Amino acid sequence: MSNAPVDNGRRRFLTIATSVVGGVGAAGAAVPFIASWNPSERAKSAGAPVEVDISKLEPGQLIRVEWRGKPVWVISRTPKMLEQLKGHEDQLRDPQSQEPQQLESSTNDYRSIRPEIFVAVGICTHLGCSPSFLQGGFGELVEGTDDGFFCPCHGSRFDMAGRVFQSVPAPLNLEIPPYTFLDETTILVGEEGVA
Amino acid sequence: MMKKLLIGLFALSVNVLPAMAAGPSVPLMEAGNDISDQPSLQRGAKLFMNYCLGCHQMQYQRYERTFRDIGIPTEVGQETLIFDGSKVGGHILNAMDKDDAAKWFGAAVPDLTNVARVRGSDWIYTYLKSFYKDESRPFGVNNSVFPLVGMPHVLQELQGVPTAITEEVTVNGKTVTKIVGTETDGTGELSVDEYDQAVRDLTNFLEYVGEPTRLESEALGIKVLGFLVILFILAFMLKKEYWRDVH
Amino acid sequence: MFGKIIGWIDDRIPMTRVWNMHIAQYPAPKNFNFWYFFGSLAMLVLVNQILTGIWLTMNYVPSAEGAFASIEYIMRDVEYGWLLRYLHSTGASAFFVVVYLHMFRGMIYGSYQKPRELLWVFGMLIFLALMAEAFMGYLLPWGQMSFWGAQVIISLFGAIPVIGDDLTLWIRGDYVISGATLNRFFALHVIALPLVIVILVFLHIVALHEVGSNNPDGIDNKRKKGTVPEEDKPKFKFHEYYTDKKDIIDAIPFHPYYTVKDIVGVVGFLILFCWVVFFMPAMGGFFLEAPNFEAANPLKTPEHIFPVWYFTPFYAILRAIPDKLMGVAAMGASIVVLALLPWIDRGSVRSVRYRCGFHKWNIAGFVVTFVLLGWVGATPQTDFKTLVSQICTVTYFMFFVLLFVYSKNEKTKPLPERLTK
Repeated sequence: MSNAPVDNGRRRFLTIATSVVGGVGAAGAAVPFIASWNPSERAKSAGAPVEVDISKLEPGQLIRVEWRGKPVWVISRTPKMLEQLKGHEDQLRDPQSQEPQQLESSTNDYRSIRPEIFVAVGICTHLGCSPSFLQGGFGELVEGTDDGFFCPCHGSRFDMAGRVFQSVPAPLNLEIPPYTFLDETTILVGEEGVA
Repeated sequence: MMKKLLIGLFALSVNVLPAMAAGPSVPLMEAGNDISDQPSLQRGAKLFMNYCLGCHQMQYQRYERTFRDIGIPTEVGQETLIFDGSKVGGHILNAMDKDDAAKWFGAAVPDLTNVARVRGSDWIYTYLKSFYKDESRPFGVNNSVFPLVGMPHVLQELQGVPTAITEEVTVNGKTVTKIVGTETDGTGELSVDEYDQAVRDLTNFLEYVGEPTRLESEALGIKVLGFLVILFILAFMLKKEYWRDVH
Repeated sequence: MFGKIIGWIDDRIPMTRVWNMHIAQYPAPKNFNFWYFFGSLAMLVLVNQILTGIWLTMNYVPSAEGAFASIEYIMRDVEYGWLLRYLHSTGASAFFVVVYLHMFRGMIYGSYQKPRELLWVFGMLIFLALMAEAFMGYLLPWGQMSFWGAQVIISLFGAIPVIGDDLTLWIRGDYVISGATLNRFFALHVIALPLVIVILVFLHIVALHEVGSNNPDGIDNKRKKGTVPEEDKPKFKFHEYYTDKKDIIDAIPFHPYYTVKDIVGVVGFLILFCWVVFFMPAMGGFFLEAPNFEAANPLKTPEHIFPVWYFTPFYAILRAIPDKLMGVAAMGASIVVLALLPWIDRGSVRSVRYRCGFHKWNIAGFVVTFVLLGWVGATPQTDFKTLVSQICTVTYFMFFVLLFVYSKNEKTKPLPERLTK
């Protein structure tokens, strides 16, 4: 055992330096473990954009397609439905779609790229149930609005642009997924701005 | 059942298992491929999709990551390399029925995802260059690396019709005819060198698919090792410093 | 504030006491050398295996239909799945490398001798559990080697007289290796055996700290109370648990001295380990065998079947004997005899440094034997290699026989009074 005085400064520096570098290493080692929880190639492939053929979509009809395991509605809105989007704004939580529940291209009165074609994720923003499409029967719930969506779980209501009414549990308008019109009769759900 | 196992174990314990048909009875040629050579991988992928995929699948490998890894833009790959309208995120599959295949070729057609890891690149390269004309076989060809092979020579239109070059060799006092190589009749679309390169490209592609993360692994490995060396130096100095108390 | 929290915890569980007793004030001999890295490295590898193992089970499918595909899924589709898998597969081999070196250390420095017999036996039990763990884990990828390797090893149990056939059937749960076998092996591999190993490791360390660490000189550094003059005592503080009973010489606290030293060992090990993981995870077919990249096919045996390298020395002993029952018995005996080492060695001097010259040669011969057996077991058999394996089987057991004989009245060198550097 030597009697040389202990160089405390050097010792502290080396302890800290080794700890810091070792800590960086531990954090780096955690990366593969954390990253492996991301969606795998299989999940991504299953969640790839979905093409929807709307050539046979009748006015007033709703079709459901699956995108990333979620129901996506595609509805051909009739002129009457579009007309009735006006007049109940004062009963809505977010009539101007201020909340980021849609991309820029759908931030308008109709919440859609083309007024007559409405695309939305059919999942209630409250607790994840899928609302029912009340065609013609919605007027009993909201006067002057014949059509809309009603969530059977907790009674949330949405109009034909997926906008949520006040005094229901759902906090936000229905989500509009990114989508693109590939041509006149084909929609690509899941990706925006591709031609 | 037990008897079979006993026999199996006995066979193992003296290791006289008969060599399988694919035993490397001939020396293998060096493939000389390079999985970082993207143009070669792209040519290999094209050859695979055109000549192999009809029968052999790569059931664990996806188109999209393949295109990404070998430097083909997704849209280009989708248009030029996916022939059956598969989704780009899907696996590299064909529509061949397994039972039909067994009927036609006498054996199930092997999946090629891992073939390079099972056989090795040199084996694949040599195998693809070792077909020769043999009228006694159902498809009119045989293979010196894989005798009695059940596969037709699908690259014949590229190579031309290969015939075996034989040599008389004396083994244990007996003269036997041994195949030492093949030569083409020149009716193929490619010259001898071009065919070698095509086979090398195909081998390269198969090696890549066998372990698509190889290059990523090595790139990351360099960084990890560099980091560990720095940590080692620090830890070593720290140890030295503390142990001055002891020595 | 910090002290208060510590105090609060210490009133409820003995945190500080355990830390001091087993780490900060644990008297470790000051002359540990290179061979003493492998205990802590084994712990490191165990942690690696547990962590990567847990993560692999997140995507692995334990069924005959899905197992092979799920491994390919992990290798290709899961982000960094390839790395987690290679860490686990390389870790398995690294575990055996480290454990074999750790055991060898025990052999050369006589760490199994009185009073460390139980410590050694716990170690051997860990080794056995580890072999079972590795064997069962190797079935899970459901490749050709997984299938046929398991087929061969399980049919070894068929050699047991009377119950053999029923036993193999019971282990497989089917007439061949099947999904039933895979599922039970999976359950044992991911939970039962790891639990057993962790408990045994705990007991191994408890036993170690009770009797104290041996050292390269093999002499005790704990002396009878009151026999060591004050000036010879180390300047460090050790826990009363140790100093109340004995006088301690030539010792240093485990922390910080051996913690900083073990960190050097750990990083050095990681450099080699990562080099394999990132650049040669198959290790030329020794860590991942080529036929295992082909899905299990009950109708086609691979050309050559070898166990993974860490089983090959024992496998070679099995093959050396041209009788099934005797072969299995010899293989079993070759492991059991290791566990009996504390009673086979009748000497009182521990370290090879102070034992007779013949002991050195005997150990050297044992190493050569072990390596030769490993090589023979990992390569196709020829007449020559059969002969080698038979000779080596004899020399393997001869090591123990000779040790038993000469250790009784061995001519040893004088032991030093104090630990040498």
